[in-house]
Amino acid sequence: MGTVDVVIVDSGGANLASLQIALARLGAGSVVSADAATIRGAPRVLLPGVGCAQDAMARLHRTGLDRVLPSLQQPLLGICLGMQLLYERSEEGDTPCLGIIPAVVRRLEPATGRPVPHMGWNRIRARRSDPLLDELTDGEHLYFVHGYAAPVTDDTVAVTDYGADLAAVVRRGNFSGTQFHPERSSRAGAQVLRNFMRQPACC
Amino acid sequence: MREDRVVKGVRFRGHAVVGEILELAARYRDEGADELVFYDITASPEGRSVDRDWVRRVAGVLDIPFCVAGGIRSVADAEAVLAAGAEKISVNSPAIADPSLIDRLAARFGSQCVVVGIDSETAAKGYRVHALTGDPDRARDAGRDTITWVREVQDRGAGEIVLNCMASDGVRAGYDLAQLAAVRAVCNVPLVASGGAGAIEHFEAVFRGTGVDAALAASVFHSGSIRIPDLKAALAASGLAVRP
Repeated sequence: MGTVDVVIVDSGGANLASLQIALARLGAGSVVSADAATIRGAPRVLLPGVGCAQDAMARLHRTGLDRVLPSLQQPLLGICLGMQLLYERSEEGDTPCLGIIPAVVRRLEPATGRPVPHMGWNRIRARRSDPLLDELTDGEHLYFVHGYAAPVTDDTVAVTDYGADLAAVVRRGNFSGTQFHPERSSRAGAQVLRNFMRQPACC
Repeated sequence: MREDRVVKGVRFRGHAVVGEILELAARYRDEGADELVFYDITASPEGRSVDRDWVRRVAGVLDIPFCVAGGIRSVADAEAVLAAGAEKISVNSPAIADPSLIDRLAARFGSQCVVVGIDSETAAKGYRVHALTGDPDRARDAGRDTITWVREVQDRGAGEIVLNCMASDGVRAGYDLAQLAAVRAVCNVPLVASGGAGAIEHFEAVFRGTGVDAALAASVFHSGSIRIPDLKAALAASGLAVRP
């Protein structure tokens, strides 16, 4: 068995395969785990998430990870729903989340020309520099699939415009997240993952 | 902002050679397709599920989203395809036979994973849904009005609709703009146009004329009569927002 460069939190989603494949392409070894000790000892942690906030949080409660994750010191990247779980609360099922980033995740409202879920390639625009955005051109297209979104706050590193600006990349200390799926966002997405994997394993 | 997507459909029958599928997938990935849809068009009529091994191998090649359609009849079928690395699953005939399948898939995986494919044809009055269109001998009118079905599948949790306008399919005379506009008017989730692409102007017409979110085409890309980079450059030059 090779080196484990990152532990993927088993959040119950059905499609972790694409993420593991994307990491393997970068030469990064990953394991999927819901075990608190494994996650505490991980060099880096990925929090993916497909499905709904209630189910994902219920699963984290059952495994005790809802207390473990906010205490981590190593780099953590939440992807899509995984990013939304970093916030205080989600309107999806009115679910209390991990409370790492202040703000509430809200439902996207459909409008003419803006169906919900928002599915497709959208540009992101940086608000400030961040290691996750290294070597990325501003205005790069990334692949989004979401029905809920986080508002733009001080913790928002980059935004995307879907009727209004929404958080696309966020950071608070060692905790970061992307609303888009880097593992399905072609070369630009691979660069974001590579940037995450370049972050020093611990403090 | 919403980016218009160019979606590539890969249709294959029976024992299509996996090597060919992987080669096509890599080619379209490199040419800038925004998403790929894999149809196992014989899966539903033959009463079997899609073989999963090729899904895993395709997932290894692709770094863009892809959707698998054909023969997904249960949550377990969908789970296997998603676990193999697909982004979305698409249901058509099995959803007509048992519409509650859509509710169960959406509850388990979230609407964003659940695409409903609809084969639809213009009738004397309105538009009609057809089922089992993968097999000419068994294809039949599904006994449903298209507009009513589009509303129902959304209520049940479909996160995207691919509308295949059958009269236009393979004819290359352009997308069925009237039908797509009629469906767009009642469709609040992403709508993908399918059937009829024959020229670059057809893509521009469908994006401008119907408000669809993506356009799917197969034969023009397979035959090489339209190259995806040329198409995207032309759409961008016409002022549409496309990923380069």
